[in-house]
Amino acid sequence: MRGTDMTQSLHNQSLSELSTALRAKHVSAVELAQHFLARAKADASGAFLDINEDATLAQAKASDARLAAGTGGALEGVPLAHKDVFVTRDFVTTAGSKILSGYRSPFDATVVQKLGTLADGTVGAGMVTLGKLNCDEFAMGSSNENSAYGAVTNPWDASRIPGGSSGGSAAAVAARLTPAATGTDTGGSIRQPASFCGITGIKPTYGRASRYGMIAYASSLDQAGPMARSAEDCALLLSAMCGPDIDRDATSLDVPAENFSAKLGDSLQGLRIGLPKEFFGDGLATDVRTAIDAALKTLEAQGAKLVPITLPRTELAIPVYYIIAPAEASSNLSRFDGVKFGHRAKDYTDLVSMYKKTRAEGFGEEVKRRIMTGAYVLSHGYYDAYYLQAQKIRRMMADDFQRAFAECDVIAGPVAPTVAWKLGNNASDPLADYLADIFTLPASLAGLPGMSVPVGFGEAGMPVGMQLIGNYLQEARLLNVAHQYQLHTDFHNAKPEGV
Amino acid sequence: MSLNDQDIRRIANLARLELQPDEQARMLHKINDFFDIVEQIRAVDTTGVVPMAHPVDAMPGAHIELRLRPDVASEPNQRDLNQHSAPAVERGLFLVPKVIE
Repeated sequence: MRGTDMTQSLHNQSLSELSTALRAKHVSAVELAQHFLARAKADASGAFLDINEDATLAQAKASDARLAAGTGGALEGVPLAHKDVFVTRDFVTTAGSKILSGYRSPFDATVVQKLGTLADGTVGAGMVTLGKLNCDEFAMGSSNENSAYGAVTNPWDASRIPGGSSGGSAAAVAARLTPAATGTDTGGSIRQPASFCGITGIKPTYGRASRYGMIAYASSLDQAGPMARSAEDCALLLSAMCGPDIDRDATSLDVPAENFSAKLGDSLQGLRIGLPKEFFGDGLATDVRTAIDAALKTLEAQGAKLVPITLPRTELAIPVYYIIAPAEASSNLSRFDGVKFGHRAKDYTDLVSMYKKTRAEGFGEEVKRRIMTGAYVLSHGYYDAYYLQAQKIRRMMADDFQRAFAECDVIAGPVAPTVAWKLGNNASDPLADYLADIFTLPASLAGLPGMSVPVGFGEAGMPVGMQLIGNYLQEARLLNVAHQYQLHTDFHNAKPEGV
Repeated sequence: MSLNDQDIRRIANLARLELQPDEQARMLHKINDFFDIVEQIRAVDTTGVVPMAHPVDAMPGAHIELRLRPDVASEPNQRDLNQHSAPAVERGLFLVPKVIE
């Protein structure tokens, strides 16, 4: 299989196809890494923030040795790239912020280790890291325009955003710069960019994947997950990423690692799909609605039943999330003070002025706004009225989901009200970005697993994603539904022009 | 409810952020826009609802307790590695401006 045909098509192969080709020695891990590195280096979308060819090729050589010895991990030698909020030893980690410019972590995040090689040298999944991917600063944003290192363009239309905050991850997978990427989702940051770039992504149940080494934004919401082209690929990645990390993450669930590929083939006969009426109201654009309705028909044809449900507090998700997440962020980001790592201002008079100037220079506008909002809602006199009240409504929303799941097995709806908008569209109006998060925030607040599945194209030929939400620990069910859908449709294989 | 300039100065100090005058004006405007949509939560009756700090707390029947690990040293000494991204280090110590005269 060696030769031009093979290298031409390498970047269009699934993870299991790549894995099979590696094990059959049709291609080496080094050749595969070189193929994708060449694509990444030639890319002009701004998706990659750091590439370290020597480090990647060293990992690939180690993979080839393990493949030769027959000792490799589950995805040995298959390349992937990480969102820049996962700390890495071999690559610079900035979280898209100037305050961490040039930062080198002394260790790899647990998720990075599990997908690659563990700290003690034993092999995890054995994947090879291609580099680090652009994102909104500290994962705060829905368009990737809040990155201190520049926006990322959408591979389907370079005048549009790729979504965010995992915008670099989604764009890189859609443009076939990497077969897979990690993302993180606090309020929709995996699902929304996956939807906007026409790829598949899943945020597992809160606590499934370790947060150790994931630069913290809002700790009660942050969750890692895979972004790839199909549910089948996501299942392989998620199986490798999850599992307890008891000593290093205080909120890691003590639930055994699971093989999320095991139930992909299950029939959808009798599956009850709940449709929250609040997700299909006036705010939903017609093009998105049309694509979702067609996808639901496809699922119905496979034996699923559509059930009307209600999530009555959906609209409150926006204020509740944008109180809780900034409150946690204001606390988490206090560590960036110019003492132990990162940027330090040059001119200051004393310690407090050093902190203030360092943070003023290092943080972007949206990050400052969220820190300020968070500090305010946590301050004396406002804590009860805002922060505590938001936490109480958060509980009511989680209870609403449990009532809904008494009537259905999974919930389906749009990921976002529209397709990807134009770069700069909401630059002067951050609230417009907040409002567009309405359909992803509820599952985040409850800590439920959610995913985005490509279901067609809307305005200007831009991809539309359908959201699937499951009850706690029901990732296998979501992946099963998505996979059965993808067996009957081809939207997940669609490619942007020129790819 | 509306914040004023003085509120913004107070919060910026709490958050250890030095804001330029134009930045401060923009911040005031945008934070007030945001609080316009926040006001609706105050009207929600939450009598008797236990605040949810954390999703693990809401997982039915999961019996997952938040835990602390034993207070024992588990990491090897990696002082050089841990300090190599620090802006100012001397003899293994992080340097900061003088705090006590």
